[in-house]
Amino acid sequence: MAEPVTGLPSQVYTRSLACVHCGLCLSACPTYRVTGRETSSPRGRIYLMRGVAEGRIELGELLAEEAYLCLGCRACETACPSGVEFGAMLEETRAAVDEAGLRGGLQPRLERMILRQVVPHRRRLRLLIGLLALAQRTRIDRVASLLLPRSLRALLPEIPARADRRQPPERIPAEGEQRGRVAFLTGCVMPEIFGSVNAATLRVLSRNGFEVVVPRDQTCCGALQAHAGDLDFARGLARRNAAVFEAAGVDAIVVNSAGCGAAMRSAEHWIPGEGASYAGKVRDVCELLDEVGLRPLTHSIQGRLCYDDPCHLIHGQGVSAAPRRLLEQIDGIELVPHADASSCCGAAGTYNLTHREMSQQVLERKMDALAAADPDLIATGNPGCLMQLRAGVRLRGMRARVVHPVELLDQAYQNPHG
Amino acid sequence: MPSLVERLRSIVGDEACLARAEELFVYECDGLTLDPVRPSAVVLPRDTEQVASVVRACREFGQPFVPRGAGTGLSGGAHPTPGAVIVECSRMDRILEVDAGNRIARVQPGVVNADLSVAVATHGLFYAPDPSSQMACTIGGNVAENAGGPHTLKYGTTTNHVLALELVLPDGAVSRLGSATGFAPGYDLVGAVVGSEGTLGIVTEVTVRLTPIPEGVETLLGIFPDVVSACRAVGRVIRSGLVPAALEILDQRTIRAVEDSVYAAGLPRDAGAVLVAELDGAACALPAQVEKVRAIIGEEGASEVRVARDEQERALFWKARKGAFGAMGRLAPDLYVHDAVVPRAVLPEILATVCEIGDRHGVTLSNVFHAGDGNLHPNISFDRRDPDELRRVIAAGTEILEACVRVGGVITGEHGIGTEKRDFIGLVFNEADLDAMKRVRDAFNPDGVCNPGKIFPTTRFCVESNPKARGYDRVPLA
Ligand SMILES: Cc1cc2nc3c(=O)[nH]c(=O)nc-3n(C[C@H](O)[C@H](O)[C@H](O)COP(=O)(O)OP(=O)(O)OC[C@H]3O[C@@H](n4cnc5c(N)ncnc54)[C@H](O)[C@@H]3O)c2cc1C
Ligand code: SF4
Ligand code: SF4
Repeated sequence: MAEPVTGLPSQVYTRSLACVHCGLCLSACPTYRVTGRETSSPRGRIYLMRGVAEGRIELGELLAEEAYLCLGCRACETACPSGVEFGAMLEETRAAVDEAGLRGGLQPRLERMILRQVVPHRRRLRLLIGLLALAQRTRIDRVASLLLPRSLRALLPEIPARADRRQPPERIPAEGEQRGRVAFLTGCVMPEIFGSVNAATLRVLSRNGFEVVVPRDQTCCGALQAHAGDLDFARGLARRNAAVFEAAGVDAIVVNSAGCGAAMRSAEHWIPGEGASYAGKVRDVCELLDEVGLRPLTHSIQGRLCYDDPCHLIHGQGVSAAPRRLLEQIDGIELVPHADASSCCGAAGTYNLTHREMSQQVLERKMDALAAADPDLIATGNPGCLMQLRAGVRLRGMRARVVHPVELLDQAYQNPHG
Repeated sequence: MPSLVERLRSIVGDEACLARAEELFVYECDGLTLDPVRPSAVVLPRDTEQVASVVRACREFGQPFVPRGAGTGLSGGAHPTPGAVIVECSRMDRILEVDAGNRIARVQPGVVNADLSVAVATHGLFYAPDPSSQMACTIGGNVAENAGGPHTLKYGTTTNHVLALELVLPDGAVSRLGSATGFAPGYDLVGAVVGSEGTLGIVTEVTVRLTPIPEGVETLLGIFPDVVSACRAVGRVIRSGLVPAALEILDQRTIRAVEDSVYAAGLPRDAGAVLVAELDGAACALPAQVEKVRAIIGEEGASEVRVARDEQERALFWKARKGAFGAMGRLAPDLYVHDAVVPRAVLPEILATVCEIGDRHGVTLSNVFHAGDGNLHPNISFDRRDPDELRRVIAAGTEILEACVRVGGVITGEHGIGTEKRDFIGLVFNEADLDAMKRVRDAFNPDGVCNPGKIFPTTRFCVESNPKARGYDRVPLA
């Protein structure tokens, strides 16, 4: 049958054929809900892609805009009964858009430079973050802001003290009877900004009978690069991680950042063949704990809790019940539902700065729903979402504390605050 | 003098008027991908005032205009004619008023069907018409198509739930029809507008009836060896005097497609057909009804009857049913969703005929349908890039419609005539009938500027069998 005519890689075309144009995905799409435009809906974006592939329109301005206005939240995949692989199509389209030079200006190049040259290099990233922390403490961050690209600033809100940014040990033994041996992905941004989440994750895993290894030569998962259209570079990172984690010889690779987990699972289509075994071992920390069953918690935490689904966990990895089941086991926690828990918060990697206005509008909807539920705690398992929801809570003057689910589990094992 | 686009921008704002070539490309079709035509502009108004100004501007420039909701319509109702302006109602998505005491809601046309039911659930109410596309389609589109759904069997179609309307007439005047009380003196003009496929004006506000959520619901799943015995069971359930909320059938191909999709409900892949039966009402009355249905289904040859144990399982059964069209997207790149109604009694025979027609033309045909209403949806999966297959798909579709009419049926149950079936309307109406309908249209829309090219036949000869006339020559072929 007809091969794609022009402008987009052939996989995009093949994938686009799964879309029957039924429109069932429309209302799940945050950018469609905000704009009401078919062009900013999953179906519209796929129609553009297919139109380009069939040579009916050119790879041009609109698809370039839409490929980046899209949050990449993959809510459309969950809604689509036809199994359209939108996330993969989006990455491939973004790469083609960038290659065609359709994303002009200085920013994409700076972004790519940082995502290639800094983020995957632990020392360089630490150096940059150290500088930023210094700037924040000496309150010259306004000056620093002028020197740094906006997208990087989005990644680095409040930098914690250095003690919280310490590198975890290479091996953490299991407590009690051993239930498995797993490797842990530290992430690139996570240890710098959410070092305490990593520490909590390791404690909870160990408490639950897992021996954890933290391979030193692991690198960034490639999510940020792939989302920014740099699929080639992301493939390279995935190859390296696949080798490193395979060599660790573990039962599972545990991840506590939804975005990283979804990207690692994508290795299957990023590097066909090579990536399958690596991708198959990836488990979100909540997913794993739910699978094996949590060892009894020892302390209670009082409060109303809203669990908000990270897109890349619910839509990207199909995990949504597990974290809720875990959190419900904490004595004193009342899990309260809120509307649209599964819709995007607008963080989406660097999106909250590249598309400030849309990101804000998407966040507004989320905060309306959360404010109506009036929780004491909000839990979500992805660094970008944690930052975004914290910003939302601050802006609204809400009292809720925004945490990662494993932080609550950790607290319920040792209760440092109570 | 400013151009039409400039004028439209001055009404709705720059950002709410799309006119770039690629943007117009995306609006060239709705849920029906056949016959694509690009509009000259798309406007996204926020309120009645803007709609009225847009209509007056179009009229001034002599351009036709086409209302559009979510574009899930399957008969091309929201397809533009060349040069037409699309009036996209998606931003008119506010629920203006909920009056729980009187069980009514006043909404803008862009409100998504399912959102309305969610919004009124706290009052113990819901909006009864539930098209399978309800998670995306709009109330305005439902009004225009007189949409039905699985629960139409008991609750009726959209027309039974619309009390009053605000309509921007094709001359730009704003008119209010009907009454929120449900009792309007004079002609039933609301009734005329519901199902008019956007040809009488643009609906800008809808007052709907809300229905109390039934106290109890029971959903059964009957697994049958073949689709004919499932149809017989449906006939017997209805003759038994029960009024089920829904009776839906999925045939084997549909079952397999669903089971391969995200809506998998654990249906046996080798079953010939599955019947979904739902009973609702006073909780105390349900157990006896469930037993009665269970017995009938068993006697008609079901190998297994499952009763949903809880709300979660019930939702799963329905997800399988409502996601069926999309799931068929797995069978081939394109899907032609047919829609026809036959008297219930002839269901077993007509299904055999439909399958025979499909086989004879060598097309992939699957059936998922509102059996209780006799509303068939023979769906043909195909690849539009294969001209020979396309010809066979169209020929089979034509024969199916003719067969349904021969047994006393009609050519659409809920998807409308649109552009898709305008040349088939002669199968059910003669010149005099069509003339009477035209006079109704002309009373509202005398020069046909509002959604032209829909419902009424445009040609004397049949273009349906000619792929070129359907725009396929514009698609690159292998
Ligand atoms: C997967 C799937 C399942 C479906 N299942 C069902 C089903 O079970 N039952 C059923 O009845 N239909 C079904 N449909 C068809 C479709 O969803 C309905 O016809 C629906 O009512 C269309 O609503 P929409 O908002 O998408 O309207 P659109 O497709 O945008 O428009 C449909 C028609 O309404 C007109 N229109 C839209 N808004 C207005 C307005 N404000 N004023 C005047 N005219 C307007 C348009 O001009 C057009 O003629 C299904 C479709 C799909 C894709
Ligand atoms: S739900 Fe899936 S098949 Fe339907 S329009 Fe959206 S992407 Fe296409
Ligand atoms: S990924 Fe999210 S924003 Fe992008 S089209 Fe899908 S639902 Fe919309």
